[in-house]
Amino acid sequence: MTLTLLFFASYTDIAGASELTADLADGSTVGDVAVWLVERYPRFAEILPKGRIAVNQEFAPSTLALADGDEVAFMPPMSGG
Amino acid sequence: MAYAEIVDGPLDIERVAARVTAPEFGAVVTFSGNVRDNSRGERVRYLVYDSYRPMAEKELLVVASEAEAKWSVRCAIEHRLGRVDVGVCSVIIAVASPHRVDAFDAARWLMDALKERVPIWKKEYYESGARWVEGSDVVDTAE
Repeated sequence: MTLTLLFFASYTDIAGASELTADLADGSTVGDVAVWLVERYPRFAEILPKGRIAVNQEFAPSTLALADGDEVAFMPPMSGG
Repeated sequence: MAYAEIVDGPLDIERVAARVTAPEFGAVVTFSGNVRDNSRGERVRYLVYDSYRPMAEKELLVVASEAEAKWSVRCAIEHRLGRVDVGVCSVIIAVASPHRVDAFDAARWLMDALKERVPIWKKEYYESGARWVEGSDVVDTAE
């Protein structure tokens, strides 16, 4: 399945883009995408646990199963206000 | 019915307060978050706000609706994106209730919830350089 990965704030600098496309095996979970990301961008290993992940604009646990076309957003701790 | 918007231009506190003002509400608390000229010992020139906009719009409305469920209040929030200069406001919250205690409590809770859960990030621009603010951390940027 093909996923759209989105990055925000300093995560954009680490990924080198605000948006990437990832091809993962069917049945992959949010946790599997995080592993995929760390394999390609090792700096995320230390940083991702501080942030949060959303799937299709909803906060998502690492166990959530993904579907083709899902939008997975990697978000550092927020700082609105 | 809660009101929440992400906006690109200047905010107006009267406009936001008007969203919640009604004859049955004896109290209207407004909060304006303004850009401070210093942060962690650095002199700040301006901030730039970025967001995961469609999710930020939804989450702003979620926190405003949650506040209305927790207290007997009506809530309105506007948050600005893009460049905001020192002294200018980046967020406004207005909470109306029959009596003042609920309005004060809900306004404080709303601001805390917004900072915790709404996907908006600020970047601080200094005399030289800039840094992302991420929770209680600041992160150097390539820029």
